[in-house]
Amino acid sequence: MADHQPENEPLVEVRDLKVYFPVLAGVLRRKVGEVKAVDKVSLDIMKGETLGLVGESGCGKTTTGRAILRLNDITDGTVRIKGKYIHKSSLKEIRKIRPTMQMIFQDPQESLNPRMTVSAIISEPLTEHQDLSKKEREERVFDLMDSVGLNRDFATRYPHEFSGGQRQRIGIARALALNPELIVCDEPIAALDVSIQAQVVNLLEDLQEERNLTYLFISHDLGMVRHIATRVAVMYLGQIVEIGKSESLYSSPLHPYTEALLSAVPEADPEIERTRKAIVLSGDVPSPANPPEGCNFCNRCPKAFDICHKVEPTLTEIEPGRFVSCHLYNG
Amino acid sequence: MAEDISPVLSVKDLKVVFSTRKGEVHAVNTINFDLNSGELLGVVGESGSGKSVTMMSLLGLLPSPPARINGGTVSFEGKDLLHVNPNEIRKIRGGKIGFIFQDPMTSLNPVFSVGFQIMEPLKKHMGLTGRKAQDRALELLELVGIPDPKKRFKDYPHQFSGGMRQRVMIAIALACDPKLLIADEPTTALDVTIQAQILELVRDLRKKLGMAIIWITHDLGVIAGIATRVIVMYAGQIVEQANVEELFANPQHPYTKALIGTIPAVRGERAKRLNSIRGQAPTTLKEPHFCSFHPRCDFAFDKCTSINPQLIEQRKNHLVACHLFEDKGVAVG
Ligand SMILES: Nc1ncnc2c1ncn2[C@@H]1O[C@H](COP(=O)(O)OP(=O)(O)OP(=O)(O)O)[C@@H](O)[C@H]1O
Ligand SMILES: Nc1ncnc2c1ncn2[C@@H]1O[C@H](COP(=O)(O)OP(=O)(O)O)[C@@H](O)[C@H]1O
Ligand code: SF4
Ligand code: SF4
Ligand SMILES: [Mg+2]
Ligand SMILES: [Mg+2]
Repeated sequence: MADHQPENEPLVEVRDLKVYFPVLAGVLRRKVGEVKAVDKVSLDIMKGETLGLVGESGCGKTTTGRAILRLNDITDGTVRIKGKYIHKSSLKEIRKIRPTMQMIFQDPQESLNPRMTVSAIISEPLTEHQDLSKKEREERVFDLMDSVGLNRDFATRYPHEFSGGQRQRIGIARALALNPELIVCDEPIAALDVSIQAQVVNLLEDLQEERNLTYLFISHDLGMVRHIATRVAVMYLGQIVEIGKSESLYSSPLHPYTEALLSAVPEADPEIERTRKAIVLSGDVPSPANPPEGCNFCNRCPKAFDICHKVEPTLTEIEPGRFVSCHLYNG
Repeated sequence: MAEDISPVLSVKDLKVVFSTRKGEVHAVNTINFDLNSGELLGVVGESGSGKSVTMMSLLGLLPSPPARINGGTVSFEGKDLLHVNPNEIRKIRGGKIGFIFQDPMTSLNPVFSVGFQIMEPLKKHMGLTGRKAQDRALELLELVGIPDPKKRFKDYPHQFSGGMRQRVMIAIALACDPKLLIADEPTTALDVTIQAQILELVRDLRKKLGMAIIWITHDLGVIAGIATRVIVMYAGQIVEQANVEELFANPQHPYTKALIGTIPAVRGERAKRLNSIRGQAPTTLKEPHFCSFHPRCDFAFDKCTSINPQLIEQRKNHLVACHLFEDKGVAVG
């Protein structure tokens, strides 16, 4: 988001968010433990910005995004959108604010009803939330199709007739139908070909510019996140380990995990590749049902020292706008 | 250094079609390439461009019907793999030619222990039994970096993480000292830190064992890091082929150029706006008498819609299939 200037006012404020899933076992399906999918996550999303959320599979990105939209139950913590606490709101109240927050998904194939036409898919939220005449609704659908670059002739066709990139445009059009302010984009380009990814990302940027949208952009594509995000949050095993402005986080990662993660990304340039030294982490990510004592990263961290195995670090602002959760920076 | 003159693998005029409800899909349309020993040939292209179908046809793994080999030869050790009998290809596959696929969970059998599955090719192709097979299997697990292989030998695939399962797949592929290893998107399903481990392992094994490798991926970053030579595929055809440095420094085909331009860098300069390629890849329902890239190409001219360009050596060891370059080179293959 090179030219777009976000405002300095949070649209979303998340504090100490926890989402735990029960681990059930035995014939009686008794709870024997908990998966700490999201564990004490705090973050702000500023009006008009794109917050990138990165981290490895299973670290809790999707669960965080869904919890913010109240698509998941929240175990503990608070979520405030436009100054209003919503973590305890009733379903009826959530329905009222639903139009302001939408989500687009990784697999446009799975998120679109195969038996509905494009026009029906895009107008579904309109039918549900607004009282429009048939004519008005049709106009609105055409407008939306125009703005995501879909030919109006496609309105009567079904999802299977489209390519992945076009299906993602249909999903985006539907998400825009109610003029949302926040869109959680969960791996919106992961299922697309490289040549199509850029089309979709450019579209998302244009729409943001036109409509002053705020994005939570979840992705494991670190190059794309660097490109689109104003700020980036790095997650590991249910926790945020670092947040900062995109440029400074990529050019000088502070948390040892961020450093390892970025060093592992191959660059499409053989000259860089010849000399690039990835910090190869040993071992696997522990299960979120059984995180290690102390720092979550201590069993794989090349810089771990004694206190790391005993005391859990906390996310601390160590420079203006730069938060890190690591004992190396505390004190 | 003494070089093996004759290539390990030589693919000539390979064509594969699929019968579908909409007609015949020309999935692979006249592919030509050679592979020399010690080379790592990277194959890139968007999904559906024919990368997997090409490799499946060399392994005799195409589902037929609907697939049909529509011509060509694949020479490997003096045999034409397209025309040997099923028994013989079964002997070669997993023996002299090892292979790894994208999803190790679907390629490993969940009901057998990891140790058992590594011993299987050793029994089948090398006649090893009992103790000997087990020792070799343990050696292989060690080679691919499974910690404490003795302890993990009797474990089942679900007890391994994704990265470890891919290591096991590599161990199985390497079991019989293959001359050629074919890897189809082997790290696509893995996280980048795990991918980094696997890539390091492959670089290491290549130095140690020296086999020829074909590595299919859509990730140009991975290609830049491990390939020696690269083939770029589009709509069932090879559109460009060059050594890896040359390809990234001097991409010639409009598709390759655009593709390299769409990838946002993680390091260095950050582009304000991404270059994108308009439109989408076609389904090839007829043998094309035009350049399949023309609807998306910024340089298309009249000839592009009426003649399919041939792969031509445009600079030394650098082949391009595009009418823009035709006057400058000689047709090959
Ligand atoms: N409904 C559920 N019940 C139990 N566990 C769950 C549930 N949903 C998610 N989890 C677990 O919570 C953790 C975080 O999952 P989440 O889907 O948020 O990860 P993610 O970061 O989005 O991963 P990916 O990159 O693979 O999409 C994982 O360990 C997952 O297995
Ligand atoms: N079993 C099949 N039936 C019909 N068409 C197929 C089948 N397998 C592959 N194809 C077609 O062959 C073409 C090449 O596919 P593939 O080699 O799998 O592409 P990729 O480059 O993504 O590996 C595609 O157009 C695909 O739709
Ligand atoms: S707290 Fe210790 S183990 Fe955790 S990231 Fe920092 S140095 Fe590594
Ligand atoms: S042959 Fe024509 S359409 Fe095809 S890539 Fe070259 S210039 Fe473009
Ligand atoms: Mg997810
Ligand atoms: Mg494939």
